[in-house]
Amino acid sequence: MSEQNPTAPKRGHGRLVGKLLVVAVAMFGFGVFAMPPLYDTFCEITGLGQAGIKTAGEVEESAAPRQVKVRFDANTNSKLDWEFRPVQSSMMVTTGEATTALYFAGNPSERDSAGMATFNVSPPKAARYFVKTECFCFTRQELAAGEEREMPVYFFLQPDLPEDIEELTLSYTFFRNEDDDVAQNAP
Amino acid sequence: MSTIASDGTDLGHDTHDAHDDHDHKPEGFLDRWVFTTNHKDIGTLYLVFALLMFFIGGAMAMVIRAELFMPGMQLVRPDFFNQMTTMHALIMVFGAVMPAWVGFANWMIPLQVGAPDMALPRMNNFSFWILPFAFTMLLSTLFMDSGGPAAGWTLYPPLSLQTGSSFAFVVFAVHMMGISSIMGAINIIATIFNMRAPGMTLLRMPLFVWTWLITAFLLIAAMPVLAGAVTMLLTDHFFGTSFFNAAGGGDPVMFQHIFWFFGHPEVYIMILPAFGVVSEILPTFSRKPLFGYAAMVYATASIAFLSFIVWAHHMFTVGMPLEGELFFMYATMLIAVPTGVKVFNWVSTMWKGSMTFETPMLFAIGFVVLFTIGGLSGLMLAITAADLQYHDTYFVVAHFHYVLVPGAVFTLMAGAYYWLPKWTGNMYSERWGKIHFWCSAIFVNVLFFPQHYLGLAGMPRRIPDYSPQFADFNMWSSIGGFAFGASQLIFVGVIIHCVWFSKKKATAQVWEGAKGLEWTVPSPAPHHTFTKPPVVDDTMVAHADEAH
Ligand code: HEM
Ligand SMILES: [Cu+2]
Repeated sequence: MSEQNPTAPKRGHGRLVGKLLVVAVAMFGFGVFAMPPLYDTFCEITGLGQAGIKTAGEVEESAAPRQVKVRFDANTNSKLDWEFRPVQSSMMVTTGEATTALYFAGNPSERDSAGMATFNVSPPKAARYFVKTECFCFTRQELAAGEEREMPVYFFLQPDLPEDIEELTLSYTFFRNEDDDVAQNAP
Repeated sequence: MSTIASDGTDLGHDTHDAHDDHDHKPEGFLDRWVFTTNHKDIGTLYLVFALLMFFIGGAMAMVIRAELFMPGMQLVRPDFFNQMTTMHALIMVFGAVMPAWVGFANWMIPLQVGAPDMALPRMNNFSFWILPFAFTMLLSTLFMDSGGPAAGWTLYPPLSLQTGSSFAFVVFAVHMMGISSIMGAINIIATIFNMRAPGMTLLRMPLFVWTWLITAFLLIAAMPVLAGAVTMLLTDHFFGTSFFNAAGGGDPVMFQHIFWFFGHPEVYIMILPAFGVVSEILPTFSRKPLFGYAAMVYATASIAFLSFIVWAHHMFTVGMPLEGELFFMYATMLIAVPTGVKVFNWVSTMWKGSMTFETPMLFAIGFVVLFTIGGLSGLMLAITAADLQYHDTYFVVAHFHYVLVPGAVFTLMAGAYYWLPKWTGNMYSERWGKIHFWCSAIFVNVLFFPQHYLGLAGMPRRIPDYSPQFADFNMWSSIGGFAFGASQLIFVGVIIHCVWFSKKKATAQVWEGAKGLEWTVPSPAPHHTFTKPPVVDDTMVAHADEAH
């Protein structure tokens, strides 16, 4: 690799060039082979970028199950004349175990209407451990005039729920789904 | 000074024909230019190539500004518009600015350290001659059925993977540019480490040599990472791998990390040699040694180091964890410290100097002022919370054009005017040089300043059409763009005049206040210089007064 300039100092450039080439090749390897795994490992060790959601497998392996009290709360916005309440006001839930809770909703008015529920978990730090797998709040709900229905929510509590949380509350508020009420949508 | 006879070549050289030969230049076009191993000829080749690319890339910018002159779609199809923004950036970064700096390095580093040539002259020839092939390949994609790359110079997947089969040409062109840059960098390091003249200790080297040495290390560390990234894009595109394909278990954000791990050092690759040139020119025309020479060297080295740990400031919006955002925010802001040291040292160099305002000095002062504006908008972008708003808007476009055009390009002009008499043996037209400067300085601001407002008002970058609320600023920006483009033709005129028509001969020292080895050889610099190494002492270096 050492091409000597005829007038250059009588030192070869081969060793230096060799070393620099090794650095270049190493950096190529760094980009392709080292950076992706390093990046993952770094995030794993430091816990950076790991949202509180775990896969089912991970959930089963971790901490021992325990019992936590879950309270249920229901509210209706004044624009929506529905009756809406939890079927059970509270229940004991085992962490990691799939659980079903029921709400009751009825439309005592003369007209069909639609609503959308928003939800809230308190204390807030419990929220990321409260996983809903299926819920009436995921979609718009329609109730014909006079119709009544039970609305289920399927959920589980992640087993790594912090020790100091012994009680938590799941709260819903139903809002009228303003722009596309059933009545307006009907042809 | 300038009494050290370098090599006894004809000081009474009295012809102004640059191709004229009194000192053993090879005969014939092929031998002189194609097979050349002479650092000066290769430097010239690089510079001419870079200027050509500057105008090709510039023509693309004119297409962009013409389409953006008014709201609505007027001239080009959106897809072609995207090809223009992508190619403009690739050509300007890899075809114009980087080869231009390598051209300066080839010409000046051996002259400044007292070496007879570059360390590896044949590799030097190869480094240059790869480039015309790489860029022919890159440009040819514009004429292919699938069109040129249109995903932006950052080549983010999955968008870049939607480029048709021409994508392979883009990737191989990038590989070739990378190989050329790495070979160039190795050559420069070997020259600086092994071929300095006796007495030219590291801390006597001119700052241009220092900044290029550090740039060369950045190149060796950063370019292979880019090569890796585009190779993975290539296999994702053509061979069914899923490095960046989420459906196959890959991660598109990973590409951004790898790209910017290269990308941020890359922006310093373009600007560090500029710092060097300014640090040469300001002392000459202030007739004072550079203020804080050692601080300048250390500041350059710290910038180079920091440039490797700030990359994710280009990715504040990808959903990094808070800790990551904070780290990259503070690390980025840290760069302002060594950069600030440099700006203060440049100002202090001029302070109470007996300044004159020849064209190189004007461009250098223009650099100090306008680059600082770009640095400030960079700091604004470094504030994570603010960047969520500014990211991918014209504010970013304004930022990087302030650091690259009145930053890197102005210093290239400054350096060209400064050393042109040494290269050609003739003085350029000072009058036209100054006209070129003032046109450039005024129109570059008309072109880029309104883009700050556009960005703050929310205009996204890389779009061919925009809401009418942005109309006026865009029109001003386009007018500035056309005028800036036209002003650069003056530069070509000045060079042609200087090389072939100027009657005013340059002395060896050229500038009254110039110090350093390059000013001890005759003008034009003979084909072979320093065949007998000069002996260097403190009186010959530009920062002689500083104790070190
Ligand atoms: C004080 C120094 C600097 C700081 C703090 C800084 C900061 C930043 C930040 C935060 C961004 C990302 C903005 C975004 O995409 O939302 C950015 C973009 C950019 N900067 Fe700088 N910068 C600095 C100096 C420079 C220099 C010296 C150059 C080049 C010579 C440069 C070239 C660029 C380029 C080309 C981009 C845009 C890349 C792209 O997305 O295409 N910057 N800068
Ligand atoms: Cu950056």
